[in-house]
Amino acid sequence: MQQEVVLAMLAKEPSHGYELQARLGQALGPLAEGINEGQMYVTLTRLEKGGFVARVDAPTERSDRKVYCLTPAGQERVTEWMSDVSWPRPDLSEFHMKLIVAAQGALADPISIVDAQRRELLRRLRDVTSAAMEEREGSDAALLLEGIVLRLQADLRWLETCETSWTERSKNR
Amino acid sequence: MTTEEPMKEPEKSLVRARGLRKEYGRDEGLVRAVDDIDLDIARGETVAVMGPSGCGKSTLLHLLGGLDRPSGGELWLDGRRIDRLDERALARLRRREIGFIFQAFHLMDELTARENVELPALLAGRSPRDARTRALSLLEEVGLADRSNHLPSALSGGQRQRVAIARALVNEPTVVLADEPTGNLDSTATYEVLRLLARLRSSGLTIVIVTHDERVAATTDRLISMRDGTFVDQTRLTGGTRGSLADLAGLER
Repeated sequence: MQQEVVLAMLAKEPSHGYELQARLGQALGPLAEGINEGQMYVTLTRLEKGGFVARVDAPTERSDRKVYCLTPAGQERVTEWMSDVSWPRPDLSEFHMKLIVAAQGALADPISIVDAQRRELLRRLRDVTSAAMEEREGSDAALLLEGIVLRLQADLRWLETCETSWTERSKNR
Repeated sequence: MTTEEPMKEPEKSLVRARGLRKEYGRDEGLVRAVDDIDLDIARGETVAVMGPSGCGKSTLLHLLGGLDRPSGGELWLDGRRIDRLDERALARLRRREIGFIFQAFHLMDELTARENVELPALLAGRSPRDARTRALSLLEEVGLADRSNHLPSALSGGQRQRVAIARALVNEPTVVLADEPTGNLDSTATYEVLRLLARLRSSGLTIVIVTHDERVAATTDRLISMRDGTFVDQTRLTGGTRGSLADLAGLER
């Protein structure tokens, strides 16, 4: 889990790792299933070493009972993160190039590459849609799942555009 | 991988088309909306047909449901040849064998939810008591038992479509045909309809859905892509992904 997310969760109140983990599970729903619990403790330990969080409990407590709070440096990093507008970049150029070099080098039919890719994305969409159907309406996880659905739909539409274009090109060849 | 499994035996198909054609206009202006299509749909199968506007997918659905007559080819429903039925037999077929679901719901505004569901049952000759019992039980099945006396105008889009689905089922159709069933719905209502379709599917109903919505298509057994009146791709969608949902969300583990 990203360090900033863990830090920002501590802004609410000092917490145990397992409390943070539970809040994460609440927000992510079925998406939290793949997340390793140990990762939270690793992240907290790293943040402590970096001076972004500090222990507020007795140092003699068991390690899974450690309660952490934000330090001023941690607080500053959270503020920075909140105003950050970076966004994951979809890397479509690799697939785009695959189609072009496939056609140029007669390596494969670009249209069948598009078809295979479309099947794969449809399978993913099927999984996410099933998860979304099981989610309670208006839950945090439903909102996230909807985002994944919309991105997959956008990708599928692009693949459709690719297919139309490559079909035209093969006709004109 | 699950791409190409052998098709079911033709004689076991619930819906079977051979060389199905629908043409409009003539000479220079001839349009082949459905161009020599072969199709087999097994009992209990759910099929989505996708494609750009004007690819012929709605025309195909209309042919399958007897709303329109083919220009050529053969069409069977449940072992019975239906492309040559006269108008009266066709009307009877539409009423008893086919359940239609439309994008714009097509509910009667002046009738309550229950009356809308009852109507096709009464037209098919069921007794008023039987029609009412069936309508109420179907409305319960689609989660609208407490809305049975509401007019469509008092229902949300998702609720209206669920009434329309109950209506499509009232005569226990052999096959359900849906034309853009989520086309007029927001995301929440789309999931209401998807949940319901998933339930119908697991109850063994045969459903053909024409749709632009990839979500709808992704939850069927088979996806047919149509272009210029013909099928350009068919995909069986039984498999899941190899990755996990968390990967799809870009979560680090």
